[in-house]
Amino acid sequence: MLNVTDDFPVMTYFCLTYKAARKPGGGLPGVSLATFKDAEHIVRLAVASAIVLVIFLLVRAHFIPKSFGQYGHYRGDALAELTAKPIHYAGHQTCEQCHSDVLDVKKMGKHAGVNCEGCHGPQAKHAEDPGAGKPVLPDTKVLCARCHEANLAKPKNFPQVVTADHSGGEACKTCHQPHSPLLAPGEKKKS
Amino acid sequence: MPFDGFMYPNEVELQWSVLIVVYPFLTGLVAGAFILASLERIFHVEAVKPTYRLALLTALSFLLVAPLPLQLHLGRPERSLEMYLTPHTSSAMAMFGFVYLWYLMAVILLEIWLEYRKEIVLLSQSTTGLKRQMYRLLTLGSSNLSEGALKVDDKVGWVVSLIGIPSAFLLHGYVGFIFGSIKANPWWNTPLMPVVFLFSAMVSGIAIVLLIYMATCKLRHIKIDMRCVDTIAQYLLYTFIIDFGLEMLDLIHRIYEADESFHSLNFMMQTKLFFSQVVLQIALGTVVPILTLGFIQIFHVPEKVRKLCYSICGALTIIGIFAMRWNVVIGGQLFSKSFLGYTTYKVDLISREGELIAAGLLLLPFIILAVMVKILPPWPRDEVSAAD
Amino acid sequence: MITRRRMLFLLPAAAIAYPYVLAGTPESAPNYGSAKHWWGMLLQVDKCIGCGNCVRACSAENNVPEGYYRTWVERYHVTGGPEDSPKVDSPEGGIKGFPPSPYTGGKNFFVPKMCNHCVDSPCTQVCPVGATLHTPDGVVLVDEKYCLGCRYCVQACPYGCRFLHPVKRTAEKCSLCYHRITQGLTTACCENCPTGARQLADLKNPDDPIHEFLRTHSVQVLKPHLATGAKAYYHDLDGSVR
Repeated sequence: MLNVTDDFPVMTYFCLTYKAARKPGGGLPGVSLATFKDAEHIVRLAVASAIVLVIFLLVRAHFIPKSFGQYGHYRGDALAELTAKPIHYAGHQTCEQCHSDVLDVKKMGKHAGVNCEGCHGPQAKHAEDPGAGKPVLPDTKVLCARCHEANLAKPKNFPQVVTADHSGGEACKTCHQPHSPLLAPGEKKKS
Repeated sequence: MPFDGFMYPNEVELQWSVLIVVYPFLTGLVAGAFILASLERIFHVEAVKPTYRLALLTALSFLLVAPLPLQLHLGRPERSLEMYLTPHTSSAMAMFGFVYLWYLMAVILLEIWLEYRKEIVLLSQSTTGLKRQMYRLLTLGSSNLSEGALKVDDKVGWVVSLIGIPSAFLLHGYVGFIFGSIKANPWWNTPLMPVVFLFSAMVSGIAIVLLIYMATCKLRHIKIDMRCVDTIAQYLLYTFIIDFGLEMLDLIHRIYEADESFHSLNFMMQTKLFFSQVVLQIALGTVVPILTLGFIQIFHVPEKVRKLCYSICGALTIIGIFAMRWNVVIGGQLFSKSFLGYTTYKVDLISREGELIAAGLLLLPFIILAVMVKILPPWPRDEVSAAD
Repeated sequence: MITRRRMLFLLPAAAIAYPYVLAGTPESAPNYGSAKHWWGMLLQVDKCIGCGNCVRACSAENNVPEGYYRTWVERYHVTGGPEDSPKVDSPEGGIKGFPPSPYTGGKNFFVPKMCNHCVDSPCTQVCPVGATLHTPDGVVLVDEKYCLGCRYCVQACPYGCRFLHPVKRTAEKCSLCYHRITQGLTTACCENCPTGARQLADLKNPDDPIHEFLRTHSVQVLKPHLATGAKAYYHDLDGSVR
């Protein structure tokens, strides 16, 4: 029976009960057999608790993900998983590798800072395999209005028009070349 | 449109449903019931003795149900044990699992076991069949009922109660901290939150034990011990006054400080939360019980009327505290963190987080309590024989 | 395997990293050292035209479920006195742009919003299990395989940047296109912003123009009194913005 006292929790409970069982002011401080016997059920409970605790700790150790704590309080593997997500927008640098002719036009004009996929949509699939997933040519009536339709909240220096008055439903590309939209000096507004 | 004014687009949907209202409500009842029980044990308030065991069993019944609303509310309930695997020490919520287990295993179960050990041993000898096996298992193989052994039980039980009081404070104070520590939400963000939660917990716990005690007396056709219920009502009044004082302090502080969130929150209280906060929580759930209980303290009121008053006050208190939890949890999500708009909370009747489930979770502790009372009768022995 | 086309599509530097990415060990790729970067974002309110390109691009790049937003655009209308609360709208997060303003006069402007990738982020602090994380390069991410969907982080974010994914049932937020920036690309929103109102910033890269900008311009963060260490730097931010 005494070997269980090696266990720390048992020891704690035992000390507790030993102290509790000691008559106030009387008797010598020491573990008598009778005192121990009366606290036996407490020791049993303590041992049962200790076993449950150990099982809990073992199960816990088993289930913690291996990479947990590698960089901080999280699964280290999560970084790799998040890094490996698929890319949908190839990036203008990629587009420009093949479409350098467009780049040449664009970089001279007002739309030099507007990147390809902003108008043409996500083209990573197309960049990977130019044959498949050919980009659809956007409708300039809709496309240009997204940015250039007049709105009170737009910065004052940003070129904006009320498209209904400006073009009367005509597609913008009738007059403007989307990749370099300023009209040439000779083509200045008719009115 | 489900909202007025401007909400951040992701805010329109409420994140914490009625289940998260049920959770602090249940935990509060646990903490409150236990603190009432410890009055007898630690502070030797003899008058409340008839409710001691009942209060312990009530605390256990509610404690067993308390984590269920959380579990049901999780987006991925199957991952809930991660709380035990990798608890994040900086998260107020991560400690829930540990505080809960500590309270369940080291406080409530231990105290009940020590308190009932004598009965368990006796029952394991007097019963037969499956029942006998169950009681024998509960004895842990020791049937020592000697004077010394019972004395050990008593002393250890006393120590457990002593540890239990701060543990009960911890359990519910920490639930308040979960809300009070969110600096993004001015409705929640106050250091008073844990204290308010604690005192409202005590109020609700005392009220529920009072109600359960009176109900069991009625069911068992036993005369209500008026000294006991009078004393409980007295304690209910005292804690209520502290609780109300704290809540008013919080309110006055907000009104006086009137920080950037004030207009938004003030408007919310006058419109969307008017019924649940001003009418239910403050007027019916707090002021009416305090005035009634106070009146009984000052003037002589006949026994029959007192009993009626206690039942009504108890019921109003429970409703008021539930409304308080609702106002904290749901109220804290009705306004935009931009302070420019308000959303609405629509609760379904039947869904995983619906009214039906919430009602079920509120009833379940009473069913557990009924079973518990059958297994471990909380009545004094002479009463048991008198009732049989 | 890396096909020739795949090679073409990736930047040379990223191509070197690709096998490591496939092997699940991007941190050991020779060209991306997470210790060498510290990511943030510069948002210039005076350049935002409310076209919604960033919202659409984010949605397409990250499969953001409909009705939820990792980034969104707000439109402010401020009348005059400081007591007046601003009139703000953000129809569908601005994913379809904005209808004409119902107001006349006053001060009107757009504010792009997104996760601030706070250094002392309240959302990471409250996550009970460590499913919200700070990468060594200063990005706040969600581990969707570990998140249990308690939504405490959604409550803790002062900026309304988080939501619960309706299908995955886990917390979701802007990842600063971590899968792109670790491969040398910019984020989808920055790539598609036509006016350059949003710019990814690497605060550890001495050649990044952000340093020059921060030195020479007035820059604010949202809700500075909450001391979250927000790294979304706003230029020309009006005091009424919340």
